[in-house]
Amino acid sequence: MPETPMIKIDHVTRAYGAFKALDDASLTIQKGEFFSLLGPSGCGKTTLLRMIGGFDNPTSGTIYLDGQAMNGIPANRRPTNMVFQSYAIFPHLNVAQNVAYGLKRLRLDAVEEKRRVEEALGQVSMAHLGKRGATELSGGQRQRVALARALVMRPKVLLLDEPLSALDKKLREQMQVELRKLQQAVGITFILVTHDQYEALAMSDRIAVMFSGNIAQVATPKDIYQRPVNRQVADFVGGMNFVAAEIVGEDSGTITVETTSFGRVKTEKPVQFVTKGKAATLGIRPERLRVLWDDATDKYEIAGKVVDRHYFGEITHLIVEVPGMEQPLSVSETNNFGADDIPVGAPIRLAYDPDALVALAD
Amino acid sequence: MNIVRRLLSNWLPVYAVLYVAFLYLPILLLPIFSINQSAVPQFPLTGYTMKWYAGLPNTPELLSSAWNSLIVGLSASIVSTILGICAARAITRYRFRGQRVASGLIMAPLVLPEIIVAVSMLLVLLQLGVGLSLFTVILGHILICIPYSVTVLISGFEGFDRSLEEASADLGESAWGTFRRVTLPMVAPAIISSLLVSFTISLDEFILAFFLSGTEPTLPVYIWGQLRFAAKLPSVLALGTLLLLASFMMLSIAEILRRRAARRAQNEGGVYA
Ligand SMILES: Nc1ncnc2c1ncn2[C@@H]1O[C@H](COP(=O)(O)OP(=O)(O)O)[C@@H](O)[C@H]1O
Ligand SMILES: [Mg+2]
Repeated sequence: MPETPMIKIDHVTRAYGAFKALDDASLTIQKGEFFSLLGPSGCGKTTLLRMIGGFDNPTSGTIYLDGQAMNGIPANRRPTNMVFQSYAIFPHLNVAQNVAYGLKRLRLDAVEEKRRVEEALGQVSMAHLGKRGATELSGGQRQRVALARALVMRPKVLLLDEPLSALDKKLREQMQVELRKLQQAVGITFILVTHDQYEALAMSDRIAVMFSGNIAQVATPKDIYQRPVNRQVADFVGGMNFVAAEIVGEDSGTITVETTSFGRVKTEKPVQFVTKGKAATLGIRPERLRVLWDDATDKYEIAGKVVDRHYFGEITHLIVEVPGMEQPLSVSETNNFGADDIPVGAPIRLAYDPDALVALAD
Repeated sequence: MNIVRRLLSNWLPVYAVLYVAFLYLPILLLPIFSINQSAVPQFPLTGYTMKWYAGLPNTPELLSSAWNSLIVGLSASIVSTILGICAARAITRYRFRGQRVASGLIMAPLVLPEIIVAVSMLLVLLQLGVGLSLFTVILGHILICIPYSVTVLISGFEGFDRSLEEASADLGESAWGTFRRVTLPMVAPAIISSLLVSFTISLDEFILAFFLSGTEPTLPVYIWGQLRFAAKLPSVLALGTLLLLASFMMLSIAEILRRRAARRAQNEGGVYA
């Protein structure tokens, strides 16, 4: 994919009185990208999305859309369209009329308008429901109509504010796949707001993780998950074991730390890493710790005792106490080999890959 | 406790029936005597006739007072609905200081004794040197219609999802286009319903009209004047029957529209549940 910026957020702040809902955020989103804004409720995701759509204005800073500064340009004159969290389907119009709403202003001839409405409804698998009244739709159907109504305008950027949060789990997972496919088919830049880490990981090309008005990290789903820049990101995106460590060596790209349980580890230094004396934190994901069965051995292993066990169907979470560690380790193991049968209180040995240990800024 | 409950359960239905009869029998008598041959409203009935109705169009004073009522009713209902739209939108859309006090004051004419309102308005108008005319009647009627308009409109505006207007803007529509294509169609039933309710109230209103009209009476004031002449009574009954029918029809249409608007707004809001 050629890297052409579609959206540039340039030092944007949105303040409500003394409170900053968005604090000096900068970000570039490429053309054709599926980009997610991920963060806990109240961190400023919607605020940023609404400013891109033209429903709100930055207190300071500039938003560029396809190279053009958007300051003061209202929503109805921006090449963006939005799928609202409430879907905002016009209740007095039927499905086809909802989809045709924005086309009316383009004054297309009737045949062309009909063709585009049908095409958009086809894209969201609603072709047969054009005549259906807006108040007779299920949640999933409303979501599809909202999507078709925005797509039919052929925007440069499609904005989606938690579009799947009102759907039940099964439908949500199905829509994640469909939405991703749709984005690849139409090639439009999508910006998705979500507080669901799995949704963001599953759908996005890149993710911006946000906390209380600040962007903590912008990276691919894999990097966000495997190389989180700090404890907050690591903790929000999936489970993470934190291990206290002492810094014993440092150069421009790597740091070497000493831990009681994992020994001496040399790892890549994260971008925002700031050393505070000798103390550091290492992180390792629960699924990167592997149970060693019977007399199997590994180059890197660690011994402990199972103190608790949680069954999740395909996997089991084992809580393992390790001598010399303050917090017990959380281990996620598939049930293929009988991890769900390990008794609480049993001694256990775990293997790990030192590459799975990441240094984290606090 | 038990005795009270038994007494209540035995006598409450009786009380309810008596109450309803007391309320509606006199009104039922109106159409009955209006098609009675005899000029005296008395049982037994003497025979069927439509002559009292047929005579109505030949009474110039009646026609001019009906015309006055129409002008007053239309003006009062339009103005009170426009003011009501502003108030209802402010109350349902925004949170502002003194909101409760403001809505309380808007609703107050509902419970103020009308005669007091009438006398005070008369005093003020005389002080200001405004001559009594249909215009002063319209002013008075606007005052008493607004609480009804606001009540009807609030129930139409409530649940109106703000993002509908944003969605319209998002799809390229201007502020005026959004109002015309989204806001108006959605609140139209409530607006029509408010127009009908205030028109009906103005049409039936007597006390304010009596105090504030100059030489141009409205229908109720004209009817009251006619009651002094026994011979005119059957015509009054016929006229009253027509007024009753008109009011009943307008209020029914208004209620149907109000419910339809409320249901629509509810359906829209339903997804959050
Ligand atoms: N109009 C407003 N006035 C004051 N505070 C607001 C307003 N809109 C949003 N906020 C605050 O800004 C913060 C970010 O809100 P929002 O962007 O909606 O968060 P989210 O990430 O959940 O979408 C929240 O703390 C919210 O209370
Ligand atoms: Mg939000």
